[in-house]
Amino acid sequence: MKKTIALVLTVLMTLSVLSACGSNSAPAATQAPAAAPAEAAAEAPALSGSVSTDGSTSMEKVIGALGEAYEQKTGVTVTYNPTGSGSGIKAVGEGRCDIGLSSRALKDEEKASGLTQTILAYDGIAIIVNPANPINDLSLEQIAKVYTGEITNWSELGGDDAEIVLIGREAGSGTRDGFESITGTTDACQYRQELTSTGDVITTVAQNPNAIGYASLASVKDTVKALAVEGVTPSEETVKDGSYLVQRPFVLVTKEGVELSAAAQDFFNYITSTEANEIIAGAGVVSAN
Amino acid sequence: MERAGIAPRPFRKGDNMAKKKQLVENLVHGLFLLLGLITVGCVLLITLYLVVSGIPAIREIGLADFLFGRRWASTAAEPAYGILPFILTSIYGTAGAILIGVPLGFLCAVYLAKMAQPGIRNIMESAVSLLAGIPSVVYGLVGMLVLVPGIRRLFHVPDGASLLAAILVLAVMILPSIIKVSITALEAVPREYEEASLALGATPVETWFRVSVPAAKSGIAAAVVLGVGRAIGETMAVMMVSGNAPNMPDLFQSVRFLTTAVASEMAYSAGLQQQALFSIALVLFLFIMLINAALKAFLKGSKEG
Repeated sequence: MKKTIALVLTVLMTLSVLSACGSNSAPAATQAPAAAPAEAAAEAPALSGSVSTDGSTSMEKVIGALGEAYEQKTGVTVTYNPTGSGSGIKAVGEGRCDIGLSSRALKDEEKASGLTQTILAYDGIAIIVNPANPINDLSLEQIAKVYTGEITNWSELGGDDAEIVLIGREAGSGTRDGFESITGTTDACQYRQELTSTGDVITTVAQNPNAIGYASLASVKDTVKALAVEGVTPSEETVKDGSYLVQRPFVLVTKEGVELSAAAQDFFNYITSTEANEIIAGAGVVSAN
Repeated sequence: MERAGIAPRPFRKGDNMAKKKQLVENLVHGLFLLLGLITVGCVLLITLYLVVSGIPAIREIGLADFLFGRRWASTAAEPAYGILPFILTSIYGTAGAILIGVPLGFLCAVYLAKMAQPGIRNIMESAVSLLAGIPSVVYGLVGMLVLVPGIRRLFHVPDGASLLAAILVLAVMILPSIIKVSITALEAVPREYEEASLALGATPVETWFRVSVPAAKSGIAAAVVLGVGRAIGETMAVMMVSGNAPNMPDLFQSVRFLTTAVASEMAYSAGLQQQALFSIALVLFLFIMLINAALKAFLKGSKEG
């Protein structure tokens, strides 16, 4: 009998300890969601439904951040379908989504079919080398030749006599896709290392005096040297005015003559306003507005 | 205590108690069975999922092209899905790690089990345990910041991220399992064997290597297999030091393992590429199953021997 009582007591004590833990964490957990609906309720009556976006996989980060911020602000959900720029443009043309996303400017025939482009941001890709590397400037053609393996020694570019170590990103990465399409080296790069994050690329280049890599401009630090391309140093200004060449626009595609739904128009206005600049910068790209 | 309590009670009440106890007994039994089944269920679920999601890509690519293809270009305009470089890299990498790690770990185990004074042994054993507890990302980080530049300078190669770097990291990572299992095996050798050998005039060193080690050989073999299992499944540390280019294995070339092939591309993959990654995981899973079967065989051998 004594044992049973002891057992029951033990169980009770354990439970009370557990429930104490639970009650400590519970309010913290409920507070956050409670605040959001209240905020949303204040503005919700004006807008309802959802906004659908479709297109470029490279824009995942920036659209994700913007969609999340917008959803928190208004309660309208923003959906994103990462299908690639081409299919995103097609989707908006066929009315399958509200806003198409493209990480390249529209071609003339696409514009002729009644699509308009609004540039949301510019994605600048810095070409980085080790600070010990004497080279400061390369042409786009030289970069392409280096990455396709036509130039394999720094001395051919006026640097030290050392083999060039090509650092790149993994297949499927938006930065890799952007870099290869701008330099015209798609599927032809002879990478020595394929790393899975921007940070890894920067760390590796910072350690190897003969390495060259590419990384999103916003994340480049002092540990590496960003090369000038065709004589233009990469910076927010040179990316914005188009003089720095290794960049691509992030474009919102809409159809001319077709009115967006109230929610979609509001989302469009929000992300192209200066209010969204900070979020866009947070996603590592240069805002166009 | 309990028995003394039962004796004075009336017969019926005792009977009730027994029934109650039986019920509790059954309840606990059921609960534990359920918990056990959860584990088995997880294994079955993962196996089933891997097979179901891994087979389609193999059928589309073709088994021979998939397993023996030498080119991997999953996002190219004309994609190629050959994983022979990954398979060979995994095998070479593991073999290399075993080649370095086993002699080191084994001799360390002999020292700790037979020669070391208790004080030293305590300190060294806790160091080994600590080594086992270091997260693999830390191994990777140290490898990336120390080993990779070190290899580049030492061997005068353009880049240190290579199969060699991965082998060295893996060799250190498998040490704890090899040492611990080997110690257990060596200590399980009956004391009489060693005493008999010493009594016959053999020196202690002769005794350890001619008597203790042969007697513990299946346990030591199990330790090696365990090390193989750990090495072939390691992802994070290897990914950080091996460069990840899908080359055929070469000691000073950047290489990609089966594990890192899955991990590095999974985040952005879609369609056939993603299915092919599942197929790689399936191949890896088969490797691990093979190793587990070998481990079981060795352990059975050690029990009988």
